[in-house]
Amino acid sequence: MKTPAAECPVIEFRKASFRLESGQTLLKSMSFAVPRGEKLVLLGRSGAGKTTALKLINRLLEPTEGEVLVEGRSTMEWDPITLRRHIGYVIQETGLFPHFTVERNIAVVPRLERWPEDRIRARVKELLELVGLEPEKFAKRYPHELSGGQRQRVGVARALAADPQILLMDEPFGALDPLTRGEIHLEFRALEQRLGKTIVIVTHDVSEALLLGTRIGLMEAGELTGMHSPKEFLSCNEPIATAYAAHLWMLKQAEREK
Amino acid sequence: MNLAGFFLKHQAEILQATAEHIWLVGVAMALAIAIGVPLGVLVARRPWLSKPILGGANIAETIPSLALFGFLLPVPWLGDRADRLAITALTLYALLPIIRNTSAGILGVDRGVREAARGMGMTGRQILLQVELPLSLSTVLAGVRVATVLTVGIATIAAAVGAGGLGEFIFRGLAMVNDQLILAGAIPAAALALAADFLLSVCERRLRPAR
Repeated sequence: MKTPAAECPVIEFRKASFRLESGQTLLKSMSFAVPRGEKLVLLGRSGAGKTTALKLINRLLEPTEGEVLVEGRSTMEWDPITLRRHIGYVIQETGLFPHFTVERNIAVVPRLERWPEDRIRARVKELLELVGLEPEKFAKRYPHELSGGQRQRVGVARALAADPQILLMDEPFGALDPLTRGEIHLEFRALEQRLGKTIVIVTHDVSEALLLGTRIGLMEAGELTGMHSPKEFLSCNEPIATAYAAHLWMLKQAEREK
Repeated sequence: MNLAGFFLKHQAEILQATAEHIWLVGVAMALAIAIGVPLGVLVARRPWLSKPILGGANIAETIPSLALFGFLLPVPWLGDRADRLAITALTLYALLPIIRNTSAGILGVDRGVREAARGMGMTGRQILLQVELPLSLSTVLAGVRVATVLTVGIATIAAAVGAGGLGEFIFRGLAMVNDQLILAGAIPAAALALAADFLLSVCERRLRPAR
């Protein structure tokens, strides 16, 4: 018998690197582990390698050195299709299928998994309610008939459809205006606490990181430079963390001066 | 005798020729779609194949149509029957716009959409059939429309090898220096081209994905 799943980390990077064929290194020997139920935020500027790291988890990219383990197994041992259906994936709003209604968008994975039709319908309804969209009103709409915030909710519902234990989110709320983003952050935080999934979120927004993460991994130039709890993050003296803290302080200051 | 009278008198013959014409174009288009769409997908998937495939289709397109009918005449099996030969030539002409538009349509699908499809665990085949082709349908159809209009025109030349169609009237009219005969072929052919263009453009607009 293998050790029970609860003991091994859900996701583990072991000196995983990713290099392009041109020789450019996007990710340098990254190592970390994500225990079950953790909400890990990878924070860093554009081009720091956050998205690359995320794509190594569901094998949209394959490590050129080292390995990435999901549920204790190297992603290279997983059948990529099975692995991806096992993991929910949310990207910026462009990821919804424009030719599918909201209902069909959410039903993509259940349908690929050949669930019976009535179970799919019930699941879609349940998920729409979960993300705060009335099923009667929204199920038959197309993505272009929704607001940015509504599309993002549908994206989250779609990723949750087959009840995956792992959720990967790439700048999931990046395209929203700050007010809508704030609302969705609060809702999503309540939702993630209720669902207890293991989540990896990629963002460059420090307030999003502090609000949604139970741990924050700082990335710069393809390297993981530190892992902190949100509390430690604000008080640690790592240069990028200090820069982010200074940025937050500046925002508050500007508010006060008005 | 005026033109309308001429048309009335030869109604049965004109209708017969129009039906032949539609048959030639219809079969050729069905073949061209069956061959061109898969080739278009191949071109989109394997960029190194785009030169030989598109180049080949381009060459077929540039051969003068009368010459192409002539070239195909000695080919065994094809040369045996005029309609086989005509349909083959028309299919070759129709290929280029269909291949080109299919690959353009597929390459034009939003990267985020494709990435999401892969990330959700769709296989390559599922991505093609459920995402890429449906999203490029209106572009593919635009290619089919161009090809159809082109083929309706070229099909008039099929009469030169005895395949029938509206070209019969045109060739006969030319030989007999009879304008009415020429128009009896040319007007229905033009009307067919316009009708095909209109119908397919309606379909194309219906299928255009909303953004």
